[in-house]
Formats: sequence, C-alpha cells, structure tokens
Amino acid sequence: MIDFLQQVVAGLASGGIYASLALAIALIYRSTGVINFAQGEMATLTTYIVWSLHNRGLGFWGAFALTVVLAFAGGVALERVVIRPFESAPVLTVVMVTIGLFFLLNGLTSVLWGGAQRRLPENRPFPTATFDVGGVQISRLDAGLIALMLVTVAALFALFRYTKLGLALRASALQPASSRLVGIRVGWMLAVGWGLAAALGVVAGVMAAGSYGSFDPTLMQTILLYAFAAAILGGIDSPGGAVVGGLVLGVLLNLLGTYVDWIGSTLRLPVALLVILVVLVIRPAGLFGRTTVQRV
Amino acid sequence: MRRLATPAAVFALAAVAVAVLPHLVSDFHAFQLANVGIYFIALVGLNVLTGSSGQISLGHGAFMAIGGYTSAILMANHGVRDLWTIPLAGLVAGGAGLLVGLPATRLSGLYLALVTFGIAVSFPQLLKKFEGFTGGTTGLILNLPAAPFGLHTSSNRWLYYLTWGLALVLAALAWALLRGRFGRALRAIRDSEVAAASSGIDLALYKTLAFGISAFYAGVAGSLFAIATAYVNPDAFPVTLSVVLVVGLVVGGLGSLPGLVLGAAFIVYLPVHSGTLLRWFEQVVPVDVSPKAPGVPSVIYGAVVILVLLVLPRGAGGLLGLTSRLYTRSYRP
Amino acid sequence: MSAQPLLELEGVEARYGPVTALRDVSLSVPEGEVHAVLGANGAGKTTMLRAVSGTVRRSGAIRFAGRSIARRAPESVARLGIAHVPEGRGTFSELTVAENLRLGAYTRSRRDARSGEQWVLGYFPRLAERRRQQAGTLSGGEQQMLALARALIARPRLLMLDEPSLGLAPLVVREIFRIVGELHEHEGLTVLVVEQNARIALEAAQKAYVLEVGQVAVEGSSEELRAHEGVRRSYLGY
Repeated sequence: MIDFLQQVVAGLASGGIYASLALAIALIYRSTGVINFAQGEMATLTTYIVWSLHNRGLGFWGAFALTVVLAFAGGVALERVVIRPFESAPVLTVVMVTIGLFFLLNGLTSVLWGGAQRRLPENRPFPTATFDVGGVQISRLDAGLIALMLVTVAALFALFRYTKLGLALRASALQPASSRLVGIRVGWMLAVGWGLAAALGVVAGVMAAGSYGSFDPTLMQTILLYAFAAAILGGIDSPGGAVVGGLVLGVLLNLLGTYVDWIGSTLRLPVALLVILVVLVIRPAGLFGRTTVQRV
Repeated sequence: MRRLATPAAVFALAAVAVAVLPHLVSDFHAFQLANVGIYFIALVGLNVLTGSSGQISLGHGAFMAIGGYTSAILMANHGVRDLWTIPLAGLVAGGAGLLVGLPATRLSGLYLALVTFGIAVSFPQLLKKFEGFTGGTTGLILNLPAAPFGLHTSSNRWLYYLTWGLALVLAALAWALLRGRFGRALRAIRDSEVAAASSGIDLALYKTLAFGISAFYAGVAGSLFAIATAYVNPDAFPVTLSVVLVVGLVVGGLGSLPGLVLGAAFIVYLPVHSGTLLRWFEQVVPVDVSPKAPGVPSVIYGAVVILVLLVLPRGAGGLLGLTSRLYTRSYRP
Repeated sequence: MSAQPLLELEGVEARYGPVTALRDVSLSVPEGEVHAVLGANGAGKTTMLRAVSGTVRRSGAIRFAGRSIARRAPESVARLGIAHVPEGRGTFSELTVAENLRLGAYTRSRRDARSGEQWVLGYFPRLAERRRQQAGTLSGGEQQMLALARALIARPRLLMLDEPSLGLAPLVVREIFRIVGELHEHEGLTVLVVEQNARIALEAAQKAYVLEVGQVAVEGSSEELRAHEGVRRSYLGY
C-alpha cells in the first residue's frame, strides 16, 4: 500500500509536468484551433535561459521569475511576428509553421548552448531529500513540483475568472467576432495566449529538468507527446481538462510502469500513444472537452 | 499516345541524366546523390498521401524504420541478399501503413498529424523493447553494399544506381497512379470529402490505400537507407526524420515530381552546406556562431519552411491550396 | 449640436467574394435621431450595418462624427462609440449575464462599468434577476434584451440594431422598442435600426430607407413612407 501511494505521488509529480505543458497546448488550441508542435521546444529554450541567467549570477528563483516574464514577451512577439502573417491561412498550414518553429527553436538551443548535458543547481528547483508522511516516503522534489503546478494553475485560474483581461481572453476564444464588436483587440488576445503558453513552458521545463536531474536540447521532445496525450485525455480545448489529464496520465504511467513489468519504463511512450488512440476512438472530446473531433 | 509523349520524353531524359551523372562526380558525391534518391522515394510516397489526399503524416519516419529493420533483420539474421529484401521491406511497411491507415483515416487532419507524430516519437521505444528481434539499442550491423553479379563499380556508385534506378521506376509508377482514376479519387477527396462521398467514392478505402502506398514507398526508402549505411539502430529513425520529410515536401512543392527531387536535395545537402549559408548570413547579421555548431541545419530548415509557407501563393498548388479546401476553418477566427 | 450628421455613408459598396451586396448606398443620420432601414431578405440591410462596423469588406466613404471609419477594424470602430447588435445578437452564450455586461463595458473603466451596469439594469430589471445565469439559458426575449443592454452599457453615441424583432413574440418586440424609444428620448441616443417589421420600425423612427437589391430604393420621413404607395403595398401590407 505504501509503495502504491509513493508511486501515486511520484506519478502526480511527473503528471504535473505533463499538465503544465498540456495547459499551454490547450490555451493555444482553444483560442486558435491550432496545435502548437513547437510548444516543447519553446519550453526547452526557456529552461536553458533560466540555467544561463542563474549561471551569470542571478539567484535561481530570480532567474526563473525573470525568464517567465521574458518567455511571455517572447511568446507574444512570436505570435505577432511569425504566426500573424498566416492569420487567414488554413489551420494545417499554421501547424506546418509550428513545425518550422520546432526545428528553428530546437536548432537555436543547440547552437547557443551545445548538446552537452547540463544540470540545474543543487537542490533546485527543490531538494531531493525525502520526508515521511505516515510511512510514505515523499521526496521534497516531488512535493515541490506538485505545489508549483498547483500554484501555477491557481494563478491562471484566477487570471481567467477574476480579471478583465482573463474575461477578454475567454471571450476572444469563444466568440471572436462578437468580441471585436465590444472593442476587444482579438489579435492581441491571441498573442497574449501565446505569451501565457510560453510562460507555462518555463514552468514545465524547469520541472522536467529538475525531475530528470540533467537536461539537454532533447529535454521536451518526449514530454511533448505526454502533454498531447494529457490534453487529448482531458479535452484539448479545456484548460482544466488538460491539468486533470496530465495528472491522471502521470499516475497511470507510473503505476503501469511499476506493476506491469512488461511495460516497465521503456514502453511509456507507446502507452501514451495508446491513450491518445483510445480517447479519440471512444470519446474524442476527452473527459471535459466541448468540441467534437471532425470525423468523416 | 501523343499525350504520353512529353512525360515519356521527360522520363527518358531523367533516365539518361541518372545514368550519366555518377561518372561526372566523385565517389563521395555519388553516395550523397544516392541519399537524395532515398529521400526522393520517401517524398514521392508522402506526396501520394499528403499532396493528393490531403492527409498530413508526421510519422513516416516510422515506416522507413519498419522497412529498414525488415531489410536489416533479413540480411543480418537470415542472410538474405540485400536486393531481395527491398520489395519485402516495402511490403511489410505498406502492410503496416494499411493497418495504421484503417483507423487513422477517420481522424481529421489535425488529429491525424498528432497521432502520426505520436507514432514517430514512440516507435524507437518499441524497437528497443523487442530486442530479440531488433537487436535493441545496439541495433544490427550489416555488410557494406557491394555491386552484384560481379559488376565492376564502386560501392557508392552501385548504391547510386540502385537507389536512382528504383526511384525512377517508383516515380513513374506513382505518376501513372496519380494520373488515373486512383489519383482523381484522391484529389476529389482532398477537395471536398463530402462531395467525394456523395459521388460514390469510398473515402475509407481510398484514404487507407493512399496511406498504405505511401508507407510502401517509405519502407523501400528505409530499406535502401539501411543498406546504404550498413547499420540500423533505433536512433537512426528519430522523430526529426519524420518531420524533416514533411519539410522536404513543403519546400519541394506538392504534386510536382521535379519539385520533390529538389525537396530531397534540400534535406540532404542543407546540413552539408549550412556552414556556407551561415557565412552568407553573417555578412548581413553578425553572429558569433561556429559553422560546425550542431543545430545550424535545424535552424535553417525551420526558417526555410516558414518562409516557403509564407511565400507560396495561396490556393495555387502548394500545401496551402491543397489542404485549404478540406479544412475551412481559418487560423484567424 | 453640430450641423454635421453623426453617421454618413456615401457611395458605399460591399461584397462577399464575387457577390456585390451593397451598391452605391448613401445615407445620413443626424445625432439624436432614430433611422430605420427596411427591405426584404437579402436586400443588403444587414450588410449595411456590417459595413459601418467594419465586419465586411467595403469601399466608399463612411464617416462617423466627421471622421472616416471606412478603413478601420471592427474593434477600432467599437471603441469610437458605435455599438452594433448583430444578427444573432452577439451575446456570449457560455458566459454569465454579468460577464456579458462586463464585456460590453470593456472599453470603459471599472468604475464606469459598475455604474453603467446599474444604469442599464434599470432599463432591464428582468436581467438583474438573472445576473449569475448563463446567457445561453435565457429566453429569446431576454437574450435580445441582454444584447441591447450589452451594447448600451458602453454608452455608445450610435446604436445599430440588426433585426431586434427576429424570432420574438409581439409583446416582447413592443417592450424592446419601447425601451429604445425611452433611451432615445431621455439619453438622446442615435439609433440605426434594421427591421423586417416595417410597421413597428416606422413608429419608432424619424426617417427610413428602403433597400432593394443592395440599393436605396426609397427614402424619406416615416410619414412620407407610410403614405408611399409602394412601401405600403410591399412592406406594410395594405
């Protein structure tokens, strides 16, 4: 039982990483109908920026906060400069553009920092020591990751529910034409969406780097698939669903990996793919999604 | 008969060019050109799927892997001669394509892209898992390709002739296929699935067949790839391979066979010449980057794709036009 | 009050792809008046409002308080003080009544938005009861009122209504036009209303235009139009 609980906690922690990235994907999808295949690479790049800033003397959390701000600005700029020219192009074309971005950012990260393994500073983002809760050993790192994810989700939730900007973002995603009629600059709302997604990527990237111990430019390549699976599971246009999907997926993969030997740790990705397939076949809208998959 | 005259002439010209070229270039270049041929075959197949029926696949690297591994396993574990493994590899990959195509073609473009992406990302893990079969992480080592029947030609030149000979044949086949009823049906599906279905076209059948055929081509390409590099391992077919195929398709231009040759050349030669391109770029924008830095080719791939998408005229050929009719929802709401 | 009309259209053309929906349309609405646009389905009435609010491709001269708005994006037009209640109402059905109103007041400060909400709910007490209700669950009449309230809360200088009576019971339609009339009288609101229900539109308006096949066929004061033989036959039914 204790073992089981430990695995659940560990699963929640890794699920938190998937949830953060899935949230970013859901945000962009919800407002534009586009799946951003470059989301992972954006996260990787910003993780290196955190590492870099810290290396230059900034405290870790200071570097983190600054990078979140920079990433937000970068995301906004990216949408306005690279994506905006395609605003009347079909969705699949924009997806192709995100694939171009995937390469571009992936290459940029390699060019700027090379392929060597890097490590975040000791005990960052959280110490790896464990503490005891009723016999269950929980690592501070896992607890910290779960907490970080909860804080992030809560902050985002507050933004959407209680601020004027959040309301405008929601309106722009729901009914862009009507939003324009009340004076909302829908184009900029889309840019803000990309900015928020980029900022979320920083959280996801730092969590992943901390969780794995070391990182290189391929950090988020596999996590992207987990994030897709989480988003599909939760409902790709539901931010709340993305979070739940991420947590569920994390726990599921962990439990399967631990208790089903054959799956172990080598078949996690195929299992994630299986989740995507099963959801798309059985209930395309996912657990909490609204729209239906376009079927023939 | 007259209508076949021009394409036949072009084909003949191409055949002549293919035959003559290796004697004009170095042995190493012959090897590179062989690689271009390999990617060209994969792109021709991908074009059948994406260019004609409008379905995007981000996972064709996995079918190349299937083809490559089929050849490798047959060669390494069963001593089959490299040549004979090629059609088998194609068929196995094609079969896998049909299996995948059956359910996958019911998904809309965006989700199909996602699922195929998932296949590309997770396939290496499957290869590693079934190591009894595949040699696991270490992979399988093969003999270097040698010209058969005692022909006196270098290994690289032989490879060149093999790949381009196959490429010409397969390209002609694809061309004939797309010209005929099959191609018309695919294009009808691409333009409007609803209209196509109402005129009695079995959507599932044609879309699945398109998938299978494109997978067959990818399998052949993968097989040639394995033969050429004389080595397969899971990391030889990463997700970036699948994605770079789509890059080649977009850059080369859909529906145009000569364009696909350019696309394949782009894929193969860009990493080689990225140093030169970087130096040109540095004359405009001074950057302190070593031309040998890994990642420079990726940056250029990405930038070129975005530029090509921006500049290709909308609605006329090109990815934009061909897929726009299926997916009417614009990015800008 | 300046002599210059609040809204002026001159030689306006609008097209949907190859189809020309508006052809050489001109009109002039002085501040503080209610003008109606009548016509059959497909005559171009809706397109005319869209030309003003910038939600359709248009050419020609369009001036609001003397400033040209012919090149402006919809959000920019809205910010100038033109509130467009479109066909289909434009309410956010998945958001609450309160959120819809808050969005209507998007261009105003928080304080103005709150006082605006109180003011507007004074005209629509039924909405006040349903503040926290999801807009999509309101009845047709209530949704139209919400659409109107949402447009008004921004304190626009010009209110454009597209077929407010569509799909509503006569009693509700009366109520809506009564409110519009009150707003016109008490607040001096300028209104441009597109209506198929010619009778009630002519009651509310000082002047009207009849559109046919994208062009202004007849224009004049309400009395003139009510007396006009053709208008009576085609649109008033007697």
